[in-house]
Amino acid sequence: MMEFIVSALDYLLGIPFLGWGEHIGFIYKGLLMLVALLVFVAYFLLADRKIWAAVQMRRGPNVVGIFGLFQSFADLLKFVFKEPVIPASSNKFVFLLAPFVTVVLALAAWVVIPLDYGWALSNINVGILYIFAISSLGIYGIIMGGWASNSKYAFLGALRSAAQMVSYEVSIGFVIVTVLLLVGSLNLTDIVLAQAEMGLAHMLGVPWMNFLNWFWLPLFPMFIIFFISALAETNRPPFDLPEAESELVAGFMVEYGSTPYMMFMLGEYVAIVLMCALTTILFLGGWAAPLEIAPFTWIPGFIWFILKVWLVFFMFSIVKAFVPRYRYDQLMRLGWKVFLPISIFMIFVVALVLQLTGWGWHGGMA
Amino acid sequence: MRFLQFLNSLLLKEFIEAFILSMKYFFAPKATIYYPFEKGYLSPRFRGEHALRRYPNGEERCIACKLCEAICPAQAIVIEAAPRQEDGTRRTLRYDIDMTKCIYCGFCQEACPVDAIVEGPNFEYATETREELFYDKAKLLDNGDRWEQEIAQNLSLDAPYR
Repeated sequence: MMEFIVSALDYLLGIPFLGWGEHIGFIYKGLLMLVALLVFVAYFLLADRKIWAAVQMRRGPNVVGIFGLFQSFADLLKFVFKEPVIPASSNKFVFLLAPFVTVVLALAAWVVIPLDYGWALSNINVGILYIFAISSLGIYGIIMGGWASNSKYAFLGALRSAAQMVSYEVSIGFVIVTVLLLVGSLNLTDIVLAQAEMGLAHMLGVPWMNFLNWFWLPLFPMFIIFFISALAETNRPPFDLPEAESELVAGFMVEYGSTPYMMFMLGEYVAIVLMCALTTILFLGGWAAPLEIAPFTWIPGFIWFILKVWLVFFMFSIVKAFVPRYRYDQLMRLGWKVFLPISIFMIFVVALVLQLTGWGWHGGMA
Repeated sequence: MRFLQFLNSLLLKEFIEAFILSMKYFFAPKATIYYPFEKGYLSPRFRGEHALRRYPNGEERCIACKLCEAICPAQAIVIEAAPRQEDGTRRTLRYDIDMTKCIYCGFCQEACPVDAIVEGPNFEYATETREELFYDKAKLLDNGDRWEQEIAQNLSLDAPYR
């Protein structure tokens, strides 16, 4: 028993004088990841506003700190110091639970994201399934928030949001299946490794042009569908129907203010960055350098990973600036009648190509 | 035709065009100015805070004809007229403008036969209380003295078009 406690402490906290561990404990790693992620999310939020502003020839937030670099932290303070208003007719417990659910689920998915080779907090073999499951659960936060507010607007927003997320999860799922067919593994690290070892650059005889290897090229239509579905999945414009500010005020968040509202926003942005990271891992080669030659390979992998996440986020953000919002029936039509048939068709095509040519990845841990 | 349309939507033609356009604006010079430190251009016809002007010899221009009071659509102007004690000329006893009523239409300065009441270029006169916005004659004349240079310049710039 004593031995178990010692080894558990060692594993969780990495306290060296209690055990034999030389590694940093899981909790420390988790905390580091959490803090880094939250700081990054603060800057993703700022970048979002800045990019949106730049397209409209505005400057965006530029007063708090140099170039407005502390804007997100000022907003955080503002939210925290506001008085949380809880509607009298709401279900108080669920009302306050909903933002926690959203944030916790959004953060939980980050456990399996590999920032670099071996840098995943938990390198589980079903990583992609785990992310898929967690991001599906994310709908609960929205439904709970909408239902517990006891307001028809919040409820309608929640319904819209739930229907939208469920619809687009289907096409995201099929897109992921095509990637899995190529890789033959559900492990996120394996997916990244596979992209460096199989791909068009090897076929063309230029293996150092790593960026041609990545799956965005052979699976280009899937890449686009994944990107658009990710927009819909995270309720980003042009699919921000649940919180369409010109029609619905804020959808399921109507009754929220102060810290609970901030937690919804935080959860939303963490989910957005997660989708960017997932796009990076599935289609843009994860932590791999775009060219396998000297100056590019000197830069450590996690920096490449972060750069790619920023690139995808830039697209996420700029789409907000130039695509008008979809009508609800158009949104459903796009999800069920366009993306779903295309992605199912592509699964057959990919499977056929793999069967006929024997192309595929044969490495991996499993 | 249907096929071309299908191809356009499949290849995201409009999306890419919109992206290129928005990138062009992304790098375009910003329209925002750093307001308190940097101010935008004002037309000579800009209608800001009111002022009562004087002649170069210091005599006030207003002759209490009450045309401004008559034309004011918001009825923001109140004038009481009487002969002046010293020389018996027709002058205003009171000249009050309720700036909270004023809609800055500029009819008063259009109506004025002697260019006495004008709307100057000043627009930064926010006050902390409502009462401070009930301007009286002294305040308006003071405004006139303070902004005379700018007002005279604007009037001369606009003169060819009036």
